[in-house]
Amino acid sequence: MKSFSKELRERFPEQVLSVEESVSGQVTVLLNNSDATAITRHFLTERQARLVTVFAEDRVKAEGVFYNYYVFDRLGDPSWVILKAPISKDHPSFPSLAAELPSVNWQEREIQDWFGLEAAGHPNPRRVALHDNWPDVHPLRKDFPLDTVLPAFEGERHVYRPTLGEGVFQIPVGPVHAGIIEPGHFNFAVAGEPILYLQLRMFYTHKGTEKLFENLPIPRAVFLAESISGDSAFSHGAAFCQAIERAAEIEVPQRAQFMRATLLELERIANHIGDAGAIANDVGFVIANAHAGRVRELVLGLNETLTGSRVLRGMVAIGGVRRDWQRDQIEAIEKTLAVVEREFRDLTAILQSSNSTRERLERTGILRPEKAAMLGVVGVAGRASGVDLDVRRDHPYEAYRHLPFRVPVYQAGDVRHRLQVRIDEVGESLRIIRAAVAQLPGGPHRAPRQPIPPGRCALSAVEGWRGEIIHWVRTGENNRLERCKVKDPSINNWPAIVETMEGNIVADFPVINKSFNLSYSGTDR
Amino acid sequence: MFKILQKTFSVGTATADYPRIAPRVAEQFRGCPEFDFAAWNDARPAAEACPTGAIALIDSEGLRQVIVDYGRCIFCGECAETSADEAVRMTHQFELAVTDRRDLVLTAEYTLYPDGSHAALLSATSGPGMEETGKRIEAAIHNLLGRSLSIRQVDAGSCNGCEQEIVALNNPVYDIERFGIHFVASPRHADMLLVTGPVTRNMELALRKTWVATPEPKVVAAVGACGISGGIFGTNYASLGGVDAVIPVDVYIPGCPPRPEALLHGILLALGLARRGGM
Repeated sequence: MKSFSKELRERFPEQVLSVEESVSGQVTVLLNNSDATAITRHFLTERQARLVTVFAEDRVKAEGVFYNYYVFDRLGDPSWVILKAPISKDHPSFPSLAAELPSVNWQEREIQDWFGLEAAGHPNPRRVALHDNWPDVHPLRKDFPLDTVLPAFEGERHVYRPTLGEGVFQIPVGPVHAGIIEPGHFNFAVAGEPILYLQLRMFYTHKGTEKLFENLPIPRAVFLAESISGDSAFSHGAAFCQAIERAAEIEVPQRAQFMRATLLELERIANHIGDAGAIANDVGFVIANAHAGRVRELVLGLNETLTGSRVLRGMVAIGGVRRDWQRDQIEAIEKTLAVVEREFRDLTAILQSSNSTRERLERTGILRPEKAAMLGVVGVAGRASGVDLDVRRDHPYEAYRHLPFRVPVYQAGDVRHRLQVRIDEVGESLRIIRAAVAQLPGGPHRAPRQPIPPGRCALSAVEGWRGEIIHWVRTGENNRLERCKVKDPSINNWPAIVETMEGNIVADFPVINKSFNLSYSGTDR
Repeated sequence: MFKILQKTFSVGTATADYPRIAPRVAEQFRGCPEFDFAAWNDARPAAEACPTGAIALIDSEGLRQVIVDYGRCIFCGECAETSADEAVRMTHQFELAVTDRRDLVLTAEYTLYPDGSHAALLSATSGPGMEETGKRIEAAIHNLLGRSLSIRQVDAGSCNGCEQEIVALNNPVYDIERFGIHFVASPRHADMLLVTGPVTRNMELALRKTWVATPEPKVVAAVGACGISGGIFGTNYASLGGVDAVIPVDVYIPGCPPRPEALLHGILLALGLARRGGM
């Protein structure tokens, strides 16, 4: 930390005002202006760092400025580095990094839409998070009330890139889809069957979540975190609680840490099994999906026994978990997992027994490792394309430093390997849970409730089943929040789907999309 | 191929026979909370803890109204947890679907003391018309073989929690097709829209268009706390709240998310309506 601080000050003497480690493992570097370009370049090239996320905060009333935060991490180094760049309210603009770093494309445009700060030089500065026909408002500014009633829309105004030429045409799909899935718009340009390119339009489910966080008492906000992405209720809930715990220096009892790890892995298992079935279903292998649905039910039943909810809601709490486990509940874990393990092995054998299925999955929807790295792809999709990241290993939290697991990484980047990562991870999760149960310590399951001190900031990361979930909070007066930034892994991974289209046909889009299985609500918030 | 057949035969029947047989739920399962209004000495901690405002207090001089809205409830259990007396307890009840939104709302009136406590229950409304609903459903199932129902699911802004449980209706355990009910790819083929919420500003137009594209006669079911009332999101700059803020709703299915049997209960209730509508 000392050498890092010294090096940074020597290298950028004009720009770096201070280097602080207010939360253990989180280094905040305060800059004197809004231009993070040079230091970012330095981090990315000389320190082999990765830009994890960029987000903004309105501190105009408190400090007279806005801030942009750039969060970095580095393989092999468990600490986070956060650049904090002030943006003047009289000149609400910051230099865009998107041309060099496509991974921040949408995130910078979110800042434009929600805060009214211009990403100067952005190669595609159109609106993203607020649709084109919204009035000129910036909802995450402090002077914009949550319950503002906006005027009615005046028709659709979004213009897609046209598809021109003989024999080529466009297929618009959504936002209401044919399956039981979330809303988004896919605009395919096709020449017969082959896809030329795909344009995405998201944020149909934008429901003011980050603004709403600023308007709820913190204990109630835990339930909002569970509703960011319904299939990741526990992961987002845990990420949020962990951010508050770090900010307020609340020590989570050991027992609760092992219980949380167990539930995080159960969420992963349930979703991975569901996805394995859904991928099979999308290539017409219906019977495999039926078995997967049945096996998944076993896990959801266990979830209910452990938390009262099939989808793990209402369990995580600031300082631990809401309910302790009795012996019969703990015994149910091993009993159920033994069946799940056996059944999942059979399911995997069925999946792999069919040549026609393998044929459809192999070399379909390839995401090349260099593109995955460039787009900042994380999680399952990243690990199938050579991106060796896993928050559980790289920034250990909860009980993970005491639990054994391997991180499967493949280079091929096709649907088949996104499926393989899931299959491998179910096995790893079973190992983690068994180890967690074997080591489950006694003692309390929740720290004593206490008021949260104001003015504290902290970052939290959790490896959800989809990938890296980031929450960043600044606490406020009266047990409330000044700001809660939420980043679901989906926001990095959506643009990657576009990159996998080349050489594929429209009929393969559903299975490619399913192999990523990204969250719309987590993206749109 | 042989392996697949062997596996499938060895599993046998996976389907649970709901609603003929009550589902096996875990002892820990949280259904809706139950309120003993006469024994409830202080509703303030529960109202304070409720994340969605499903428990609200309206105080005026000498009078306290306690309003409990199952259409906002996410079954989190905080009200039972924070109420010192035994007046609030969590149950296994999940068959809560109703056709009248007002049936999800309970009101109790108390004498309010100056120190903020209350006593002496003055009046209380009864719970949702659950028994009546049960009878209606029985009748609907009785006539079931005569007719099938096509459902178009619309996510008008949900967190995807409800969608997970709706997808589960198609797995072998719930197997909704055994009732002749199936999910279709277009609203033009649908008799019923199964809509989750909250309805976002960005989905309002798509929801209206989907409703218009569904042929008459049609039935709309609003799913989950968010579909019924906006849930924890309520109404805000980006959320219009519940589905009935945008299109007419015939059936409300509470839950967060409603478990598959709760969805089935609500859909069968809607089926009864659809039949009466001459479908």
